[in-house]
Amino acid sequence: MEQKNNALTARFKQLRLSFYLLNRNLLTRIALIVVMLLIVLAVVSPLVVPYPKHIEEETNPAEKLLPPSSRYFFGTDELGRDIFSRVLYGTRISLQTALIAVGLALLIGVPLGAIAGTIGGFVDEFIMRITDIFLSFPPLLLAIAISAILGPNLSNAMLSIAISWWPWYARLIRGQAISIKQRQFVRAANAIGTPMHQIISQHIVPNCIAPVIVQASMDIGGVILTIASLSFLGLGAQAPIPEWGLMVSTSRNYFLNAWWYSIFPGLAIFVTVLAFNLLGDGLREILDPKTRKL
Amino acid sequence: MKSFIFKRLLLGIAVLFGVVVITFFLTRIIPSNPAAKWVGPRATPEQIKQATIELGLDQPKHIQFLRYLKDVLRGDFGRSLRSHQPITEEIKKYAPATLELVLLATVFAVFAGIPLGVISAKRKDSWIDHLSRFFSVGAVSLPTFWVGLFLQLIFYRSLGWLPLGDQLGTEIKLLYEIPHVTGLLMLDSLLTGRWIIFKDALVHIILPCITISLYPIGLVARMTRSALLEILGEDYITAARSYGLKERVVLWSYALRNSLGPTSTVVTLSIGYTLVNTFLVEAIFSWPGIGTYISTAVTGLDYPAIMGVTVFSAVAYVILNLISDIIIAMDPRVRV
Repeated sequence: MEQKNNALTARFKQLRLSFYLLNRNLLTRIALIVVMLLIVLAVVSPLVVPYPKHIEEETNPAEKLLPPSSRYFFGTDELGRDIFSRVLYGTRISLQTALIAVGLALLIGVPLGAIAGTIGGFVDEFIMRITDIFLSFPPLLLAIAISAILGPNLSNAMLSIAISWWPWYARLIRGQAISIKQRQFVRAANAIGTPMHQIISQHIVPNCIAPVIVQASMDIGGVILTIASLSFLGLGAQAPIPEWGLMVSTSRNYFLNAWWYSIFPGLAIFVTVLAFNLLGDGLREILDPKTRKL
Repeated sequence: MKSFIFKRLLLGIAVLFGVVVITFFLTRIIPSNPAAKWVGPRATPEQIKQATIELGLDQPKHIQFLRYLKDVLRGDFGRSLRSHQPITEEIKKYAPATLELVLLATVFAVFAGIPLGVISAKRKDSWIDHLSRFFSVGAVSLPTFWVGLFLQLIFYRSLGWLPLGDQLGTEIKLLYEIPHVTGLLMLDSLLTGRWIIFKDALVHIILPCITISLYPIGLVARMTRSALLEILGEDYITAARSYGLKERVVLWSYALRNSLGPTSTVVTLSIGYTLVNTFLVEAIFSWPGIGTYISTAVTGLDYPAIMGVTVFSAVAYVILNLISDIIIAMDPRVRV
């Protein structure tokens, strides 16, 4: 009990130190604040948007393509819907889909990587060559191909991103697993005859998941951008879902006379992805022992 | 070194085989009815049956796979479901415009990114260094397609300096004969000395080129900076300085030359990214390239065309990776 308490306090101290380090860099601090704001926004957006009905169904043709004003902060689109409401609600959609896509990728990558690293030999070789193949596609292209074939909608877009993204996690966790499996406690478990699946799920994975989770959180920005790009090509969200990439795509027909229509959804993508990437950059810096300065 | 290249070559071939397997699985295993698409929406059941036999879809899967493999090896990606034209021919028709854009953007990125990297290494932690960090993280976070629209708004709508899209203006297309030597429009017009066409093509390529080069510029600048910072701490740089060489010479010729290795790797790797970004941007600038081709294929759910482009780009990407590996291996400081 005593020991466990000590371990907990040590962990807490470490966490506090990490937070302190994160908070020290101005750019990273801003990014952290923006990310937290975005998360809060994603949760509460259905309650706070000024025109909840404009999110999906309702149209308002009498007020189409109005410039930004005090009534419609970001103007209106070609169906007279409030762009501000739609962009706000888009936060929820983007964060949600990105989280699910990364989660799915982890679900495929983590077990495969852990198995490859722990068992080694032929299994390892086989799984790693498969990751080689997946990584040999130019980024985004495989996701385009898969979602085109599965059929264009948001859940297929998430699936296609997971399918093209998992090899990164598999590789990362494999490297971790190779070093963890040499440790005493794994050898001990092996010696007393613990079955392999149990060793992997109870000893290997819990001990090498941390860096993978960190990597996954750094990837959120990239995944949001990928989803927006797929939607822009017509392969992700379909109308009337207020997805940012889709909104920029539809705005192409009107933007020369209604700049607000493309500018605001695009700006939302940029700010969100930038905040996540800057935060990731900061995380990398404090977690890498080479650049970690106290 | 030879054995290393040989090994990489073998791995490259294995990877390409895997690419073909994946694309085959994607098109044939997921339920969809290519035969029905082939004959069109108002076809009779007999016609669909006929098409199924014609396309070889009645054969067992492994026979289909061998056939697909044989076709791909001969550079035949089948026929488009929409236009019924051979996809290889269509890719050949659209590829030069994309290639021109990718090449120009990459060259531009090198010439803009390296100086930016050198300056931020020289003035580490100054405002210009911070700006360059912000720029490179920002460039990775920018939705490229949106940047395209943004630039159009500024340079076409507001300022009226540059054209909206396409490779050439309409009058130029109507009044002049477009030269065809290599297929690369700017190169061809230079080779044949048609200055008017060259000038018009140049004006048209500026916006798409800037749009897609932002990402590689950021990448090249970051890489040059970190490689330079490492090298500037080396003894031979201190030695060069102690001989009284000018700082400019030390930086731009001694240090920079040795930092080009990692930079060139980043450049080759970023080409894959630039290629896919071009796909996204072409639709905005009505650029008659592979991206426009793939967007129409996507809207028409023309699977063979999408797969053809995918395999084609994956092959190009694998070859690029191979080249960058060989460049690294040729560096005498790297032992393989």
